[in-house]
Amino acid sequence: MYINNDNSQRYTVGVLVDNEPGVLSRVSGLFFRRGFNIDSLAVGTTQDPEVSRITIVVRGDEAKIEQLVQQLYKLICVQKVQVMKPRNSVERQLLLVKVKADVTEREGLMRLVDIFKAKVLDVTRNSMVLQITGDNDKIASLLSLLGDYGILELVRTGMVALERGDGVMTSDIFD
Amino acid sequence: MKLNGAAILIECLIEQKVGTVFGFPGGAVLPIYDELYKRADRINHVLTAHEQHAGHAADGYARASGKTGVCIATSGPGATNLVTAIATAYMDSTPVVFVTGNVPQSLMGTDSFQEADISGMTMPITKHNYLVTSVERLAETIREAFYIASSGRPGPVLIDIPKDVQLAETEYVALSGEALIPRLSKKKPLAQLRPEGEALEQYKTKAEPRLEKAAQLIAEAHRPLIYCGGGVTLSGAQDAMMQLADRVDAPIVATLMGLGAAPASSKRMLGMLGMHGTHAANIAMQRCDLLIAVGVRFSDRALGDASKFAPNAKVLHIDIDRAEINKNVSTTLHITGDAKIVLELLLARVSQKQHEQWMQQARSMMDDYLSDGHFEPRRILRSMAATAPDMTVATDVGQHQMWTAQHFPFVHTRQLISSGGLGTMGFGLGAAMGAAKSDEKGRPVALVTGDGSFRMNLTELSTIAYYNIPVIVVIFNNGTLGMVRQWQTLFFGHRYSQTTLDRGPDFMKLADAYGLEGTRVDNLDDFDAAFKKAYAAGKPCIIECMLDIDEMVAPMVAPGSPIDSFCLN
Repeated sequence: MYINNDNSQRYTVGVLVDNEPGVLSRVSGLFFRRGFNIDSLAVGTTQDPEVSRITIVVRGDEAKIEQLVQQLYKLICVQKVQVMKPRNSVERQLLLVKVKADVTEREGLMRLVDIFKAKVLDVTRNSMVLQITGDNDKIASLLSLLGDYGILELVRTGMVALERGDGVMTSDIFD
Repeated sequence: MKLNGAAILIECLIEQKVGTVFGFPGGAVLPIYDELYKRADRINHVLTAHEQHAGHAADGYARASGKTGVCIATSGPGATNLVTAIATAYMDSTPVVFVTGNVPQSLMGTDSFQEADISGMTMPITKHNYLVTSVERLAETIREAFYIASSGRPGPVLIDIPKDVQLAETEYVALSGEALIPRLSKKKPLAQLRPEGEALEQYKTKAEPRLEKAAQLIAEAHRPLIYCGGGVTLSGAQDAMMQLADRVDAPIVATLMGLGAAPASSKRMLGMLGMHGTHAANIAMQRCDLLIAVGVRFSDRALGDASKFAPNAKVLHIDIDRAEINKNVSTTLHITGDAKIVLELLLARVSQKQHEQWMQQARSMMDDYLSDGHFEPRRILRSMAATAPDMTVATDVGQHQMWTAQHFPFVHTRQLISSGGLGTMGFGLGAAMGAAKSDEKGRPVALVTGDGSFRMNLTELSTIAYYNIPVIVVIFNNGTLGMVRQWQTLFFGHRYSQTTLDRGPDFMKLADAYGLEGTRVDNLDDFDAAFKKAYAAGKPCIIECMLDIDEMVAPMVAPGSPIDSFCLN
């Protein structure tokens, strides 16, 4: 009968929305006032210039995620919502990080760049800017290693995700 | 034809068959008021004393008539004064279109005079809102707004129109009928609308498996109970619901918003459930084995302790808003759809049942209200109902509201106009005037209010007096914020912090100041005579009932307790 709120899990939710001013505010406002914790949020236009796609990583139990999806559908600007299963989807984020790197450290850093298939975007006498794409685990382990050198600045895009296979988002929410 | 934005707004209101609007002018809506002046033959504008009450009036108009209410206010403070009214309409799913002016776009974002980001502010309390940035989009936006406000689960929509858009001109083509339904209607799933024709056939096919399962749940039930909410009224499902109750042989309990759908005189109606529910309703809820929940949102005021709510029941939830399913209570089975459509489809699948013993058991817990003869609210409400059993009754919020819900035997939907979800003190007078304006026969509407609530909106006495709007204001004057005092008595050791209202005003002098007839009564005979006279006169007036400060609303369940564990009987 009663909905209890244990079993918190990480979910990746894709949302197709009208590409209009204020849409991001409507979506993020909904998350805030319904008490959902957003781990990450990314937004951009799609192949259709009138449609944007938002990817949200959020924590909650199954009931809470169901509620979230249905609340999203109530927004007039929301066209489709899809909760992606980790096993069934590919997800990536892009990270730019400025690391302390003097001449003695550069070599060690370059080895990490190789291992993680990162890119060097800028080098100065005292620092390097690296770019890396990957899923959460990869980025987390690189960051922990870079910590030894000293991270000066960091920026990330937030997770974007697509479901594997030929399927595309459906809007059938009868059930 | 080429028109400016303000004129297009008026034309679009006429397209939507809007006859009456409520509002208050100001700098940023001057072009709109100029057009209202020119088109006074088509649109009747009611000027209130304060924008909030114009909002409540549009809301009351919509609640009483089922039509979409319209309210207009200026930018900045005019718009922010609407916020409470918008939130009230949102919580109770009322279709209202709010139109605000805003400063010209060239000044927007510069903190200019009377500028406020009202579309930003009202995002969480509207079904949708718009900031119109070009006059070319205006007509389409207004049509969308009306469609969104009234379709599916209704709700308020706000359109913010900067002054330069009101003044800019564009080509306007009048539309009617089907053409008024906007493109976006295609995006929403059928289940969340009221499909007709071919769409209805599609919906039926989709709903079929769930309807079958629902029929099976009903066939297996021994103690079915119908839990009726505001959705029944909004969908016009009351007849279908009564038929289903007869077919299933089930008793009915109602939420505050659901009162009237099952006439109080029906042997099936056990009354309101929840914090101030009847013994019969709350106990039946805890004993039933199948709960047929129709157009309800399982509000905390209805549920009490959610974990102990209807512990023996399977839950069949029928609602047009999919987000209400499994929100507060998880269901055994749900059917997303318009209540009337779903109940009618369900009726065709359910055979006649007999639950004589269960019905008897449920009825046996009905309260008998015995009075010791003193002048008290229950008797006043019964006296009102004896004089005018089918009159529309608006309330404010507090003890008087709960007494009205409990003791006025409502006989039809849209008869009780009350702020349920938001619980807005100060809602009543505006809502009552809106309800009265919506009645083509001009019949009087009663406003039952408390001295606390009434002090929040009595400024609108000028409006009902000026327009001669037949609102009979019945003030339950107990000299206190009674509901808060009741909680202070029960839960805060009789410490009456800031709830004693020993400071007037003298409501009789006030009535006089507004040119209204006022009567102060302290016994039932005088009340009865005054009310009969007021009802026959059909004019606005005030009847002030002097009540005991310690009168309490009973029964009562303490917040968060199981709903059959009463702290007051």
